[in-house]
Amino acid sequence: MAELTYRQAVAAALAQEMARDERVVLLGEDVASGGVFKTTGGLRERFGPDRVWNTPISEQAIAGAAMGAAMAGLRPVAEIMFADFYATCWDQVANEIAKVRYMTGGQVSMPLVLRGANGSGGLGFGSQHGQSVENWAMCVPGLKIASPAGPAEAFGLLAAAIRDNDPVLVFEHKALYGRKEEVPDGEHVVPLGQARTVRAGRDVTLVALSITVGTCLAAADELAGEGIEAEVIDLRTLVPLDAAAVLGSVERTGRLVVVEENPGQLGWGASLAAIAAQEAFGSLVAPVTRVTGGNVPLPVAASLEAEVDVSPQRVLAAVRALLGATEQKTTLSG
Amino acid sequence: MDACGAAGVQWGGSVGPARTRPGGVGRRSVLAMDVAGDLELYAQMCFLRHFEERADSLYRQGLIHGPVHLGLGQEAVAVGAASVLRPGDYSLGTYRGHAHALARGAPPDAVLAELLGRAGGICGGKGGSMHITSVEHGYYGSYAIVGAHLPIACGLAWAAKIRRTGQVTVCFFGDGTTNIGAFHEAVNLAAVWRLPVVFVCENNWYMEYTPIAEVIPVELPAADRAAAYGLDRVVVDGNDVAAVRQVVGGAVSAARSGQGPSLVEAQTYRLKGHSAADGGAYRPAEEVALWRGRDPLLRARAALVQAGTAEAKLDEIDSRTRSDLADLARQVLTRPAPDPSAAWTDVWSDGSWQWRN
Repeated sequence: MAELTYRQAVAAALAQEMARDERVVLLGEDVASGGVFKTTGGLRERFGPDRVWNTPISEQAIAGAAMGAAMAGLRPVAEIMFADFYATCWDQVANEIAKVRYMTGGQVSMPLVLRGANGSGGLGFGSQHGQSVENWAMCVPGLKIASPAGPAEAFGLLAAAIRDNDPVLVFEHKALYGRKEEVPDGEHVVPLGQARTVRAGRDVTLVALSITVGTCLAAADELAGEGIEAEVIDLRTLVPLDAAAVLGSVERTGRLVVVEENPGQLGWGASLAAIAAQEAFGSLVAPVTRVTGGNVPLPVAASLEAEVDVSPQRVLAAVRALLGATEQKTTLSG
Repeated sequence: MDACGAAGVQWGGSVGPARTRPGGVGRRSVLAMDVAGDLELYAQMCFLRHFEERADSLYRQGLIHGPVHLGLGQEAVAVGAASVLRPGDYSLGTYRGHAHALARGAPPDAVLAELLGRAGGICGGKGGSMHITSVEHGYYGSYAIVGAHLPIACGLAWAAKIRRTGQVTVCFFGDGTTNIGAFHEAVNLAAVWRLPVVFVCENNWYMEYTPIAEVIPVELPAADRAAAYGLDRVVVDGNDVAAVRQVVGGAVSAARSGQGPSLVEAQTYRLKGHSAADGGAYRPAEEVALWRGRDPLLRARAALVQAGTAEAKLDEIDSRTRSDLADLARQVLTRPAPDPSAAWTDVWSDGSWQWRN
């Protein structure tokens, strides 16, 4: 096991896949010089200029070129520096990349990866560089979505995304790039569509993604001190969604709290809550609860940002309220 | 079964021997024009003209579900450009793309079935008129979001450059496209990466219902912008099939030999409105009459007659193509609708649509 930072894990996964498949090529702003988040360091030197291409600041050209190259049989990995910038190439992503296989009756494949830095994490990047935007993609049939919570996940999910024959958007969390963790030796691939139980518990299910996995684990530690055993599930991917893992957990715990960094308006958590309400209604002993980012553009000043970002404290408050309500309900009905 | 032969429709009719594309599917193709004569180019334009007129008629009968954008009057661009491409080359077009697909060899019955929502449509009924695609023939799609396919064309060309295959990509688009960001991002990228791509602007002087002088601050939408990307100012008479063949042929050769991209402005005119639902009443009658006089088929015909081709022969090509397409339409209309279950296939590479377990 080697200890890697999240950003080193991204670079290592890219190197692993570029070494095993010469069709894998990289493009994006500054990627040849290692990238602004240092996720592509050393790749141009190792694999040469035919494999790693610097682009202009032209997200439509980046995403479109990735699409054309994928149609021609390459397996491009395009960096969209900040996930917020998907707004500048959303036609390519949502209208073209997501739909071309379907609209042509399966005449083409779209084996490409779009990856970049997503999320707030309390870094002060604000409304145009700090959003969590997985939800934008989740509204569009035809896109797979991975959002790794740590270095090992970042490595394995990116490798799986590159090997996948469909378009995958990988949302790396910018506040996790410096996080260090043991990453398995040898070829490391984490299949898309398989959630993982990060911590087992019997009282409440906390469903998390990316940075909120850490948020939920911190809350679970605190809850354990109060005698409450929280189960923490990392979804890893939103599409494919491992709903079965969540439903199975809720069957055991009877309580579900969904913790997402993005604003709650719509939100992947709303979709998950609807699935739980419809398919696990008999198991639920309390309302499904969501902890989300604020329904405001993301402010910059630390005090304002903390006001709207998700935090272990807000998860704790939600779980305590849920358990309190359940106990009250039990008392009343008893 | 040979798709064209099924209804007796053949490219070029009795003109010249039947040819099979290398690795192709056995039907006559408008590709591999190395031995093509002017008569075959005329016959191909004639085919496109009658195909679009048939599509217009079917639309007016309410037999086409969804919008249709006809390439009537712009046949010389499609035929002239396709005639210089090789089987492995890539081309892409817009929602006004029937002609560009057919010119690469897409089977007419499958294109018509796609328009009519019948079984055997070239996109299985999931794309319709605006998304005609025939990857087998190198036609990598018709794109209905203005400008979207220029960056995609860069990607196809980029792949060819990386692999050093010598393949060229030709991307067709309208004058209105030169105002959208994707145009500028794509031409810029092609220029800085020296990609083997030829951008062909079909300037028909109208951005949908609006004359381009109202929305474009330069006289020539593509040619006057070429210098911004270090490219030559190239203008061609888009209603002269021989001129298109020559100019696009030169650009394709340059791309194939590693000299990078070109931006070609082909000046042409829509004989009908923006879509089949548009009568084009916003266009002055004198202007329409002027351009009707420049009809690419009339001009090709006049040149052929002057060179000694019998008018009767041209009339015969014209009338036979017309009746062959009427027969083809009748035959396709007897087909059933696609099975509804097909709506649930081809989202993912495993053929499925499921997003969750």
